[in-house]
Amino acid sequence: MSLLAANNMRGGYGAADILQDCTISCDRGEVAVIVGPNGAGKSTAIKAIFGMMNLREGEVSFGGKTLNGMPPQARVEAGMGMVPQTNNVFPGMTVEENLEMGAFLRDDGGAGVIEKVYELFPAVYEKRNQHAGELSGGQRQQVAVGRAMMTEPSLLILDEPTAGVSPIVMDELFDRILEIAKTGVAILMVEQNARQALEIADTGYVLVQGQNRYTDTGAALLADQEVRATFLGGDQS
Amino acid sequence: MIDIANAFILLSNFVLIPAVTYGAQLALGALGITLIYAILRFANFAHGDTMAFGTMVAIFLTWGMQALGWSLGGLPVALLSLPFAILATVALVIGTDKLVYKYFREKRVDPVIFVMASVGVMFMMNGLVRIFIGTGDINFADGSRFLIRAREFRDMTGLDEGLALRTAQVITIVVAVAVMAGLFWFLQKTRTGKSMRAFSDNEDLALLSGIKPERVVMVTWIIAGALATIAGVLYGLDKGFRPFTYFQLLLPMFAAAILGGIGQPIGAVVGGFVIAFSEVGLTYAYRRVLDYLGPEAWEPDGLYQLLETEYKFAVSFLLLVIVLLVRPTGIFRGRIV
Repeated sequence: MSLLAANNMRGGYGAADILQDCTISCDRGEVAVIVGPNGAGKSTAIKAIFGMMNLREGEVSFGGKTLNGMPPQARVEAGMGMVPQTNNVFPGMTVEENLEMGAFLRDDGGAGVIEKVYELFPAVYEKRNQHAGELSGGQRQQVAVGRAMMTEPSLLILDEPTAGVSPIVMDELFDRILEIAKTGVAILMVEQNARQALEIADTGYVLVQGQNRYTDTGAALLADQEVRATFLGGDQS
Repeated sequence: MIDIANAFILLSNFVLIPAVTYGAQLALGALGITLIYAILRFANFAHGDTMAFGTMVAIFLTWGMQALGWSLGGLPVALLSLPFAILATVALVIGTDKLVYKYFREKRVDPVIFVMASVGVMFMMNGLVRIFIGTGDINFADGSRFLIRAREFRDMTGLDEGLALRTAQVITIVVAVAVMAGLFWFLQKTRTGKSMRAFSDNEDLALLSGIKPERVVMVTWIIAGALATIAGVLYGLDKGFRPFTYFQLLLPMFAAAILGGIGQPIGAVVGGFVIAFSEVGLTYAYRRVLDYLGPEAWEPDGLYQLLETEYKFAVSFLLLVIVLLVRPTGIFRGRIV
């Protein structure tokens, strides 16, 4: 069984369900990517997995334990890390303080982990004494990922990490995310840049109207004529 | 040369020293207001009356200590009662939080409802203080009143102008510097302080990082209660205690916090001094300073006072309005929720 198994999730914010029988799973060392058109419920799916939204039906299990009803904070303690799409740093604090706050739950203050994050993101190390609010979009995103890594999560959830950054920065960020995956962390990511994201994905989920439409390896989805035509913007190579 | 020295001493005596003292008192009060705003996200109208409550407790304890014959030599006994007054005030504000604000926090109401609740709390504290200590003026400063007397200074230096330095002024400046240094160290260097800044910066992300909101709120009230008591006692030692005056201090304190950038501690300090220097500087009559500085033939006939002292509240009000019109975020870019 996978580290994360979110089965048959159904739920939404009001009376209408956004998620209609949605199933996502992800294992250690794997990159799972959720793609799909706007309003497909991609972000809602990871919010449900992270406990920011209650499910009407279905189950989220993590490391073999059912998490339903557990608040997000407790899920962080259980080993999940979350990088929200926006407002994902403390703008008025230095980069180093941002990372320290990421380690707030740790009793040891995260002294050793901070070195690992600096190793992974040399740009973050260089800017460690600057305020996070003064950084460029790409650097800020790196700080946000670094902050989430401070608890040494076994599952890292990213909500559109490359939204609004340049293609070069996006490639760089995806490289880093692959490196994190190589250390045995499960990565679950929602992406607008579907083609590039599927290129690094072990598993891809195409959601449409809150349901799984296609589920396969990233390479297989990229090769699928129908997926390309419908979701990847035509038949580009 | 002598004239310039005389003019400088005159200005120091009537503008510089009083404004620095008053500025330090305002800064301590504004720091409490700005911290509450940063963490609890509302403008606490009860802060002036919290100061009055803390000072009242300090006065009662001071009277008790005086009755027992205690003294601190040249220093006022009130300094000894200050720690206990802080404890009582902290208990009061945490009690109010548990009874009033916690309920609204759990309901996640709009900030304006918090503000209205704080107005209610203000009236309650207001009444509490008046019931116990009355409405009149109380002078509770004992010990020696002056560190340097004007006449001594004149004899010492041979200048025409005297410089008086009151004990309360020196205590205010020393205590305020120590308290501010301690507070900034706490906010910048300690884990709890950093978690408070994180909570103020991005509440959702702070929760995600495992920062406990109720703990942050509790620490904030402890600091705000302590700051209010210290500011209140220092102001009382300097200018005497009167409940209504403390209520009136709300205006300059809010003006200081907003001018500096609400939610920014350093802004509250700078704002406090800007307000104090404007108030004192604009209401002082410069005639005698000009007497010294200008040639004899230019001797002024008027008082050269921009505003009468009765208008000192208008100064804070005016600055507040100007800041809100020209730069609503204040000097240090505070955040408007």
